[in-house]
Amino acid sequence: MSRDTALVSAEWAEKNIDAPGVVFVEVDEDTSAYDTGHLAGAIKLDWKTDLQDPVRRDFVNKSQFEALLSERGISNDDVVVLYGGNNNWFAAYAYWYFTLYGHRNVKLIDGGRKKWELDGRPLVTDAVSRPATRYVAQEQDRSIRAFRDEVVAAIGIKNLVDVRSPDEYGGRLLAPAHLPQEQHSGPATSPPRSTFRGPRRRTRTARSSPTTSCARSTPPPGWTTARTPSRTAGSVSAPRTPGSCSRNCSATGT
Amino acid sequence: MTAPTAAGCAAPDQAAPLPASLDLEKETVITGQVLAESGEIVPGAYVRLLDSTGEFTAEVVTSPAGQFRFFAAPGSWTLRALSRHGNGDTAVTAARGINEVAVTVA
Repeated sequence: MSRDTALVSAEWAEKNIDAPGVVFVEVDEDTSAYDTGHLAGAIKLDWKTDLQDPVRRDFVNKSQFEALLSERGISNDDVVVLYGGNNNWFAAYAYWYFTLYGHRNVKLIDGGRKKWELDGRPLVTDAVSRPATRYVAQEQDRSIRAFRDEVVAAIGIKNLVDVRSPDEYGGRLLAPAHLPQEQHSGPATSPPRSTFRGPRRRTRTARSSPTTSCARSTPPPGWTTARTPSRTAGSVSAPRTPGSCSRNCSATGT
Repeated sequence: MTAPTAAGCAAPDQAAPLPASLDLEKETVITGQVLAESGEIVPGAYVRLLDSTGEFTAEVVTSPAGQFRFFAAPGSWTLRALSRHGNGDTAVTAARGINEVAVTVA
């Protein structure tokens, strides 16, 4: 991965907006943003409803991913160009997702939706539909996903990188600052049995106190772990899934 | 099925009333409007919260009424707004409770 292979400019995106074999995909933290305006021809992926299994709270599996991309009209040979709000936060998450399932050609628009908007480039509200395809995903590339036990074993041995804000890293903020810090969105005890809470609790060694607050119950979001001490930044990373309450899946051992 | 926990985790609507469950004795809310020099409100502006060392902490987009809102901690912060009307910075010393700040862009 390098700047040349991973990023395209907003200018490139606008020039290639109708190019055959290029599919623009918007993935936002605020999943309603697409509906207020999007790049012409871009489709939407919703990180809550499309990119997570509602029961297992894990990434969708290979066949679910295949069904999703087939239905949305993405084929294996397409260049997938991702962009989104909050500085490509969830678009970058989707980038990791496409990489996990072996998509060959995936890119991010440099600057994301913000750059596009501030440049005054056009957004449309037209409904977009693409003919269905038969997408075939690869098996998950587990080398780019760290599981709970690997993370625990890596403490003090490998390089763990926290990519949250400095104040979150320093414990001065308990959640991303666009979310309430002291929010209690659910019962503090006795979570429903259908949710995977147990393993998550044990993984939150870096956090202060047990809570079901979404932001704080996320296992250290944005933590990345290098595979070996000699390979640091960018080598092997868990996806940063900010605000994702359910992204504790790496702890479930699936 | 929508994940009940996830619903509370996405970027919140900047114009929405503060949730009733919010404890203002604990939260440090930094909120306000982005305004153009003419006094006109600026919806769709990108507002960054920078910490006391100038590091990026969070970013939101203003509501149709030009509003933004952060949940921070007591201390010194800088708000930086980027918009098609221009950009602007405002320093704020926040205390617990609601801190109202306007950011003017030019």
